Amino acid sequence: MIFRDNQSIYLQIAERICDEILENKFPPGERIPSIREYAALVEVNANTVVRSYEWLQQQDIIFNKRGIGYYVSPEGKHRIKALRRERFFSDELPLFFNRLYTLGISVEEIETHYAQYLDEHKNNKTEIYPPENLSV
Amino acid sequence: MLKVEEMAFSYRRNEYLLNKLNFDITPGGVYGLLGKNGSGKSTLLYLLTGLMFPHIGTITIDGVSAGKRLPQTLQNIYLLPEEFDLPAVSAERYVKNNASFYPLFNREQFDNFLQIFELPQVKDLSQYSMGQKKKFIVSFALATNTPLLFMDEPTNGMDIPSKSQFRKAIALGMSDERSIVISTHQVRDLESMIDRVLVLHDNTILLNESVLKIAEKMEFVHTTSKDDLQGCIYSTFTPQGFVGVRPNLDGIETSVDLEVLFNSIITNPEVVKSLFI
Repeated sequence: MIFRDNQSIYLQIAERICDEILENKFPPGERIPSIREYAALVEVNANTVVRSYEWLQQQDIIFNKRGIGYYVSPEGKHRIKALRRERFFSDELPLFFNRLYTLGISVEEIETHYAQYLDEHKNNKTEIYPPENLSV
Repeated sequence: MLKVEEMAFSYRRNEYLLNKLNFDITPGGVYGLLGKNGSGKSTLLYLLTGLMFPHIGTITIDGVSAGKRLPQTLQNIYLLPEEFDLPAVSAERYVKNNASFYPLFNREQFDNFLQIFELPQVKDLSQYSMGQKKKFIVSFALATNTPLLFMDEPTNGMDIPSKSQFRKAIALGMSDERSIVISTHQVRDLESMIDRVLVLHDNTILLNESVLKIAEKMEFVHTTSKDDLQGCIYSTFTPQGFVGVRPNLDGIETSVDLEVLFNSIITNPEVVKSLFI
């Protein structure tokens, strides 16, 4: 795994696990690898993965069955999407708006492009979670 | 587990290579022992394992002086020196002759490590290349499960895929009851594995901190603009831009760059040390 410099490694590993959960590599209710197995997989210190798992647990994405291991929460996928939506609105959208503003791009222009994008991707099998299913 | 108090050592009269060393090694960490060439890293490892004796001060393992070399101490420590030789015997014979010194030796783990390193079976260990010998002895060292494991420049002589295998083996060989101390001057190889940093410089241990604490106290800045380096204790130019380190004021954690950390300590030891008081 190649780590970026600007974010702590434990969060990058947690993000990777989130991606794997969304890709159904670890389906809801299934066990994920042990801390040590995952540490060996991404070649980091086990204590780093401990922090990643703690973070995922705090976010209700995974849960711990004492003495058995860590499992993907039934609501895991929804939690990840909800978190990422939250982050999109708080971190990414302001940057995007700043771009629109400085480059003088109108919302209508964006709408046209977005409609085009949806059209091109309508056969894409990616699951779309309607917002009403999300509880933050 | 291991305690060094007011320790000093010299090879020559009145010229201390190591002076006033005070530090502990506690279970459950991968310690990176960082220092320049000739700073005394190997000497320190020999002292910690009782192969040499401090001139002043003490080194104790579970309360017993390391230099006494009692069996109860020796069965709990393993030192993998930078240079070593393997006898011309089979792997089976080697394990038979050596594993009995280590009560926690685990054969299953040993075979697993050999597999991770993709070591072929040989009739006689002397048929292995230098790199393969190193992988064999690393596998053995990890499988001894000694609470203290010391490795002197273990990735020297390893090719690129082996370094990745080595990291996997360390991750699997670690446990909460064990500490691994790895001396290295190639921090990049092991950056993601190290969770405690020991810096040996100017004849003493300048820093003994967890990576967690370092990330809490110091901010590592990667940037393309020199202006972003304000307040840096140390900074340098890299092919990607600039990288620097400064006191962490906003509490946001960045990933610790060991090379930058090391350089900041040796150029500005007092400032860095003051961050951890």
